[in-house]
Amino acid sequence: MSLAEKTRPAGKARATGRERKREPRITDEHGRRVRGWELALRYLLLLGVLALTIGPFLWQLSTSLKGPTEDIFSSPPKFLPSDPTLHNYERVADTIPVWDYALNSLKVAAANVVTNCVGAALAGYALARLRYRGRRVATLVFILAMLVPVEGIIIAQFTTMRELGLNNTLVGVVLPGCVSALNVLLMRNAFLNLPYEIEEAAFVDGANVWQRFFRIALPAVKGTLAVVAIFAFMGAWDDFLWPLIVLSDPSKFTLTIGLNYLHGTFANDERLVAAGTIIAVAPLIVLFACLQRYFFRGVGEGAVKG
Amino acid sequence: MASPTLTTGTPGPGKNRGARRVRRQLPASPWLFAAPGLLITGAFILYPFVSTLVNSFTDRRTLVPGEFVGLANFRELLHDDMFWIGLRNSSLYVLGVVPALVLLPLLLALLVQKNIPGITFFRSAFYTPVVASIVVVGLIWVWLLDERGLVNSLLEMLGASPVGFLSDQWLILLSAMGVTVWKGLGYYMIIYLAALANVPRELHEAAAVDGAGAVRRFLTVTVPAVRSTMVLVAALSSVAAFKVFSEVYLMAGPSGGPAGEDTTLVMLVQRTGTGLTGRVGYASALSVVVFVVTVVLMLLVLRADRKEEA
Repeated sequence: MSLAEKTRPAGKARATGRERKREPRITDEHGRRVRGWELALRYLLLLGVLALTIGPFLWQLSTSLKGPTEDIFSSPPKFLPSDPTLHNYERVADTIPVWDYALNSLKVAAANVVTNCVGAALAGYALARLRYRGRRVATLVFILAMLVPVEGIIIAQFTTMRELGLNNTLVGVVLPGCVSALNVLLMRNAFLNLPYEIEEAAFVDGANVWQRFFRIALPAVKGTLAVVAIFAFMGAWDDFLWPLIVLSDPSKFTLTIGLNYLHGTFANDERLVAAGTIIAVAPLIVLFACLQRYFFRGVGEGAVKG
Repeated sequence: MASPTLTTGTPGPGKNRGARRVRRQLPASPWLFAAPGLLITGAFILYPFVSTLVNSFTDRRTLVPGEFVGLANFRELLHDDMFWIGLRNSSLYVLGVVPALVLLPLLLALLVQKNIPGITFFRSAFYTPVVASIVVVGLIWVWLLDERGLVNSLLEMLGASPVGFLSDQWLILLSAMGVTVWKGLGYYMIIYLAALANVPRELHEAAAVDGAGAVRRFLTVTVPAVRSTMVLVAALSSVAAFKVFSEVYLMAGPSGGPAGEDTTLVMLVQRTGTGLTGRVGYASALSVVVFVVTVVLMLLVLRADRKEEA
């Protein structure tokens, strides 16, 4: 089920053939014509909210592009840099190893995507399709795990990592969330929604369980797998509390922890912090721009289950 | 999808026999499939959960194993000013954030519901803050709300004197709540959009025929129709709000603002339990309070829902 598609009202489709011949007109979700002033008001409100949601990002971008001689505190504020420069991006790299941090974040996020996709697909398939004693218990384990608030067990996760000697490593950052229970249950539901007959037929044709999994079931749940991958990437890239607790050596920092460090140590230089935040947010905005419908779909599936 | 010839491969009568045979697996393979997930979940979620409960009755420290101390940690909580400050702030956070996150995204969803030109752009744009890391969002707002930042220079243009958003204890907490709401708007907007798509248009039309204005229709048609979604949003956002950490940590600083007065419960857990001198036992007792309140909040929301229905 795609939320983005569901939310698209069917107003236009309902227009009659005669109406379609006339010039295209703007209708509401009930297929009625929207009055001019109402439309103007609507766009005015939309632009207002747009300024509130996107404006802060643009202001940060503008600050990051302002040179050292330009006043960033001026009143009235100057929205466009008078002499745009990438100087701050070079300087932030001299202050903290920001590209190393970006690489660490990328490693953590990539690992999180792979482990979640593989682990959740395998476990989800086992819960949905395979018959064995203890399956209900296994399902219950994942449901319980999903209900545990991470913030409440974070200290015990930290001591567990210490016992394993994995504190202050990137492996330690990835491990606790590397097969999230929510993703397992999402995959389970996706597999349950597949018609059973296809796999049955493959079984009759002599396909073993791995062949049925890889050749039939997995290709049919690609959409959900994409949602899992995107949210695993975003979750790992954006995460703050856990890496803050588990990483103590500045050379191992991820971007979010590095930014917090930059902010705490060089708080007076807003241009540097601005450049750092833009480096951290740009990849995700690009990803979102390319794969919007999976982001929206993930909200629906995650909210209903979580 | 797989090739259609596969679906037609089994004729009617053979179907059930086939199904029964599929169910007879090699004994090892199902567990092989589930093993990675179960192992990780067991080792890094369920074991820490149990060990949090156990540790809350010990005086364990990061480097010292610790001994059973009974309810000593919980007795200490009652006399710990910082605990009460944390509980107060996290509770205030719920009270401040949840009404805003139940109502504003619904209004926003109504605004972007109509299929007018460019609307998909607006929907995506409004969702952008959800995608950004809370650290990025926090630092953007720290700069915007700076004493000499954009918000204050705009206020100055209007003739107002600068506001110390990030220096006053209560304004810090309020600003952090604002950031939480700002970041959450798009997420809940998408949830509401799906719910609104299921509201039958006849209801709106009937109300309009009866002469109900926009506000009346909102209260008598829209709100009842999306009520269960509002409860879901209230439950999700109240649990998340009580566990707030990052926003306040970034805006008030690691020590929680002036005299630590802005410390939230999860900030206290983080500060008490980590590092080489961390008091794991005491932090675990604090975590148990987080669990209990989270569960109570969920139950309260669900109960309020049932009462209203009755």
